[in-house]
Amino acid sequence: MAVPKDYKYTKTHEWVKVEGDVATIGITDFAQSELGDITYIELPPVGSSLNQSDSLGVIESVKAASDIYSPISGEVIEDNTNVETTPEMVNSSPFEDAWLVRLKVTDQSQIDNLLDAEAYEKLLEESGSH
Amino acid sequence: MSDNVLKTPLADRHVALGARMVDFAGWYMPVQYAGVMAEHRTVRETAGLFDLGHMGQVDVSGPDALAFLNYVGSNNTSVLEPGAAHYSLLLYPDGGVIDDIIIYRRPSGVGYFVVINAANIPKDVDWLQTQRENRLDLDVTVENISDNTGMIAIQGPNAEQIVAGLSSTDLTEQPYFSMRETTVAGIACQAGRTGYTGEDGWEFYCDIDRVGDLWDALMKAGAEHGLKAIGLGARDTLRLEARMPLYGQELSAGINPLEAGLSWAVKLDKDDFIGRDALAAAKEAGINRRTVGFKMVERGGVPRTHYAVQVDGREVGHVTSGTSSPTLGENIGLAIIERSAAGVGKPLDIIIRDKPVKAEQIKMPFYKRDR
Repeated sequence: MAVPKDYKYTKTHEWVKVEGDVATIGITDFAQSELGDITYIELPPVGSSLNQSDSLGVIESVKAASDIYSPISGEVIEDNTNVETTPEMVNSSPFEDAWLVRLKVTDQSQIDNLLDAEAYEKLLEESGSH
Repeated sequence: MSDNVLKTPLADRHVALGARMVDFAGWYMPVQYAGVMAEHRTVRETAGLFDLGHMGQVDVSGPDALAFLNYVGSNNTSVLEPGAAHYSLLLYPDGGVIDDIIIYRRPSGVGYFVVINAANIPKDVDWLQTQRENRLDLDVTVENISDNTGMIAIQGPNAEQIVAGLSSTDLTEQPYFSMRETTVAGIACQAGRTGYTGEDGWEFYCDIDRVGDLWDALMKAGAEHGLKAIGLGARDTLRLEARMPLYGQELSAGINPLEAGLSWAVKLDKDDFIGRDALAAAKEAGINRRTVGFKMVERGGVPRTHYAVQVDGREVGHVTSGTSSPTLGENIGLAIIERSAAGVGKPLDIIIRDKPVKAEQIKMPFYKRDR
């Protein structure tokens, strides 16, 4: 199960990649694998203000619907419209092409408090998953 | 996984194939191997093999076996020739559904073999035994043979070719919904030409101790024909595209078969059966709900079981099953709604995450194979 080193993670299997004051957010390889074939994604409109742990959107697979939670607070500055039209991208490229949204970071300390790759890998091991 | 979960003899094979295992109706079963979409396409395009060891089987025998099945079942089992089969329903006196079942008349002409749903085995067997005691005028024996019976289905356009190379008798001419006694790879089987996918294929029943050998032989012979193991996830999307009901969703104690669109399996003009009077009265009064098929015509999500259905802001029913259809590439579902709202082409709003999302009623089944 891939866990890129330079990303931050949540216990609910979202990832964050920070460049300057822009945070790119997606779901992890583990999350897409658990969900199975992804068929629908709903993202918040550009300009939405999200608080940490707010629902950032919905992701549906053949099997079920799941919420995605915002790992940090911030304003949505870009949606990846490609994943809305081609949701199966999330299965094939969860960490790269299938990022979901970009947020303008408002509170740097929230990012510092996220899991690093090592801690996230440990979480996956402890939950007995792969 | 709890300790008392039941396992079929094939569980280790599923794990070795990389399956994701889940607790389904108390059984440790594969929900997927390669993924639901890929497995679904495999069955539509080549062939798939299903472990159905969780399903139940009941042997009904004795001089009055036919009279008994006609009393507890909604269909007219008198029409079955030896080796023929049909779909029937076990009903409560009020017309609610206990289970949907397949009744096979044994090829010898003596006795019947009844297939029941995994989740309903104890309920069905208790019900049948209770009715047997209520009808001591009938000389009939009802035996739950689920623990001794292995069950595997092979489904898909290449199923016939695979089975033809392994069976001791020619099964290629076997009619749909019939049973033959044969051997497959030397293993004695009852072969039902039925399924739950909308494709051609068989359901094989054999001694529980031989089901591992049967699985291995079919997997080996099928490899060159694209045969793959298929999990319960694809089984559900396949049956939904073919508009086959699932007990607990399209059918339940609270939904009668006339509302579920199964009047073809309810023979009100045969001799008395449990539930007959209630259904005759319901029919006389007018059936107020219909089960309809729909597709989403607006972006907004995938319809799921229990989602509310509205027309002009008024609730008219609920979704019984829904999915992203791998074959159609559309989000589809079945819903039970007020009769006045039902009709091909008529609009529905499916309430997805508190928002109405537009759907349109379409003809069923959603998928029909070329015959």
